[in-house]
Amino acid sequence: MAAEFDILVIGAGPGGYVTAIRAAQLGLKTAIVEREALGGVCLNWGCIPTKALLKSGELYETLDHLADYGLSVEKKAFDFAKVIERSRKVAAQLNSGVGFLMKKHKIEVIEGSAKLEKGEGAPKAVIALKAGGSRTVQAKNVILATGARARTIPAAGLEPDGDRVWTYREAMVPKAAPKSMVVVGSGAIGIEFASFYRALGAEVTVVETLPRILPVEDEEVSQTAQRAFQKRGMKFRVGASVKKLSKSKSGVAIEIEAGGKAETLEAEVAIVAVGIVGNVEDLGLEALGVKIDRTHVVTDSHGATGVAGLYAIGDVAGPPWLAHKASHEGVHCVEHIAGLKSEPLTAPIPGCTYANPQVASVGITEAQAKDKGIEVKVGRFPFRVNGKAIASGETEGFVKTIFDAKTGALIGAHMIGAEVTEMIQGFALAMTLEATEAELHAAVFPHPTMSEAMHESALDAYGKVLHL
Amino acid sequence: MSIDILMPALSPTMEEGTLAKWHVKVGDEVKSGDVIAEIETDKATMEVEAVDEGKVEAILVDEGAAGVKVNTPIARLAGEGDAAPAPAPKAPEAKAPQAKAPEAKAPEAKAAPAAPPAAEPKPAPAPQPKTQGQAAKPGDRVFASPLARRLAEQQGLDLETLKGSGPHGRIVKADLEGAKPSAAPKPAAAAPAAEAPRQVLSLEQMGIPAGSYDLIPLDGMRRTVARRMTESARDIPHFPLTVDLEIDGLLAARAKINAVLEAQGVKVSVNDLVMKAAAIALKRVPEANASYTPDGIAMHHHADVAMAVAVPGGLITPIVRQCELKGLAQIATETKDLAERARTKKLKPEEYLGGTFSVSNLGMFGIRTFSSIINEPQGAILSVGAGEKRPVVRGDQLAIATVMSVTLTCDHRVVDGATGARWLQAFKVLIEDPITMIV
Repeated sequence: MAAEFDILVIGAGPGGYVTAIRAAQLGLKTAIVEREALGGVCLNWGCIPTKALLKSGELYETLDHLADYGLSVEKKAFDFAKVIERSRKVAAQLNSGVGFLMKKHKIEVIEGSAKLEKGEGAPKAVIALKAGGSRTVQAKNVILATGARARTIPAAGLEPDGDRVWTYREAMVPKAAPKSMVVVGSGAIGIEFASFYRALGAEVTVVETLPRILPVEDEEVSQTAQRAFQKRGMKFRVGASVKKLSKSKSGVAIEIEAGGKAETLEAEVAIVAVGIVGNVEDLGLEALGVKIDRTHVVTDSHGATGVAGLYAIGDVAGPPWLAHKASHEGVHCVEHIAGLKSEPLTAPIPGCTYANPQVASVGITEAQAKDKGIEVKVGRFPFRVNGKAIASGETEGFVKTIFDAKTGALIGAHMIGAEVTEMIQGFALAMTLEATEAELHAAVFPHPTMSEAMHESALDAYGKVLHL
Repeated sequence: MSIDILMPALSPTMEEGTLAKWHVKVGDEVKSGDVIAEIETDKATMEVEAVDEGKVEAILVDEGAAGVKVNTPIARLAGEGDAAPAPAPKAPEAKAPQAKAPEAKAPEAKAAPAAPPAAEPKPAPAPQPKTQGQAAKPGDRVFASPLARRLAEQQGLDLETLKGSGPHGRIVKADLEGAKPSAAPKPAAAAPAAEAPRQVLSLEQMGIPAGSYDLIPLDGMRRTVARRMTESARDIPHFPLTVDLEIDGLLAARAKINAVLEAQGVKVSVNDLVMKAAAIALKRVPEANASYTPDGIAMHHHADVAMAVAVPGGLITPIVRQCELKGLAQIATETKDLAERARTKKLKPEEYLGGTFSVSNLGMFGIRTFSSIINEPQGAILSVGAGEKRPVVRGDQLAIATVMSVTLTCDHRVVDGATGARWLQAFKVLIEDPITMIV
């Protein structure tokens, strides 16, 4: 059959739909298949609705500190159903926004589940339509953007049961706020839910197998984060492995072992946040000979899978599992297909955790730099001496910068504190432009802002810090 | 789907052109083979034919736009079954519309008569994405990331020798990995000084008030003539050699030849005889039929003699290929045809690109001698003056002869003084005794 489309994108998450928009902009005839909701997990069940929840939690928590600002409140309370409802409304608004973008760019949206078969020039997709029936689509290029889902460990009881054991998905829409919970896993997802439910007053214990929370972050950030969360009443068990999760009448019992010591944690609910697995199943990939490493599709630096006309981007193509990484890869992939990009993607990918306090980072940690044998210059600047932070009463956290001592290249930046997720982009841009300490020292940071701590941190690395 | 129509390369050396005229407008249906536009290159106007079928969805480059780079999209066709146009990425405009510049500039100049003369009156060219993977030419601004600059300095690498793989050809860290330190330190100060663009003052700055003249926009040909002649006169070490030729014998021979050819309707001009003689002389003194290249001297196998033809707005040099092998009748026929088509801008690029020697004749204007500027990469050019009766000395007697002065301008890098003189000697024999052309 003749190719009906230039580009067929499978999966309409932040990777897929952005890929489709870029393809359409390049004049390529584009269709996108989605089995559930436009916007994918990010927009419907992840990044966006959690930010809505976290805002509610943060505001509620602030009420406890109103006296610090000379304010008072008679009685604080929350309506959990309304908190959840707001989060869903936010997701729904953005979901329809994606629909609008598809229409605007004349991208055909096909609702259904696609399975690939050998085709002409590229695999063809047999799509089981949501509306019933099936449709076969031959495109010149197929881009897999099927994303990922929560990893579960059924053997240890770590799988959602729709009642007491949740993944991010159930945690997003519970009927009532739990009084107590155990969060298994202290990555960004686990910590964000822990932060939200703790803000609403739940007793929260976070269990982490590795010796520290937020294990991908710089060690100093992990320490400061743990202290900050503990100050808010969160409990931690690090270096602890989950032996078994069992359900009881009142909730769940989680047997853990830390340092040879066994312990059983009891709580109303448990959230399983032990990682992510790529959605590689039921796509017909094995039959096409697509190389799969554990749960992600193996690709080259442009997303090519090695199977003619088949590409993969975003979570399904491997970590880091971040929406902006997926979008970026998708745009690059399509531009590569259109013959516009030949260089591989090299820009560093920032990562953010929207707990209270926030954590953001880009590049490598100090420990990673040392492992690579890079001689480093490290700068630090705490928000407690930053004027804007003091005025805002948000003095927790710091900015840490890591430079290659030989070349002056900024190779890592790590931040914890209020709104650091909005600031990390400054360092990401600097790294993308291959800035050295000289440019960061020369750049002017407005006063008074939290971002001045970024400048001071870069100055500190070279012994030029001003306000310490 | 939509199909972009790209700016075609009408010759191997063409880099940009002017979109002289659109023959279609948005909404027109075109078929393969339809003439859709006229492109004015540096030397000629060519028609662009559609390759694909479809409806014109967007015109991306305005009529009259100059300096449109080869391979930039100039229009878009909607293919069959396209519902509506996709948003058109605007083709990168190569240069600001230069024709408009003076009007815009004039009041500014009046308002600030004391403006420092350093200001370039020419509109700055729009940022030109350097082709990826192209090493910078000396004197160009080198775009490199701060880190790449520092690494280059630390490693003793010359950034100008590196190819940039970053956006717009920017040199990034990755480009320095595996690069070798430059063998010789670059002549840091000398190179930029030599390459520094000539400071150009505006006419106003030089005392010619705005409004006291009309401005004719530069077309492709004028730009090319300006650029090539500037480069040639500036960069080629050139010198003239002049000799007087008695041409009474030549004129007599021409009369005889034309009497013979009259029946065929062919008329051989003095210039045709000059072309033929030049070609034979080039075979006899092959060192003059040569081009200088950095890799060596190219000794051309044939005498491809170009003739300068004045055309409205400039000049062009169509070529009689393998002129040494051709008979006069054929040369006459070819030169007549080439000159005619040159004047109507209908020459194909291969007809004016790549000669090995040029002849420029201003005899018909009564010019006695002049010295042309070398047409790169040719090794020499012959300037032919008017044939006129002049007193000549024969023995110890004054006599009258028809004399024509010719000047050979030589590229000293290939044609030394003695070589040029030997060529003129050979040429003189052929012209003064045309029967030797048969030998």
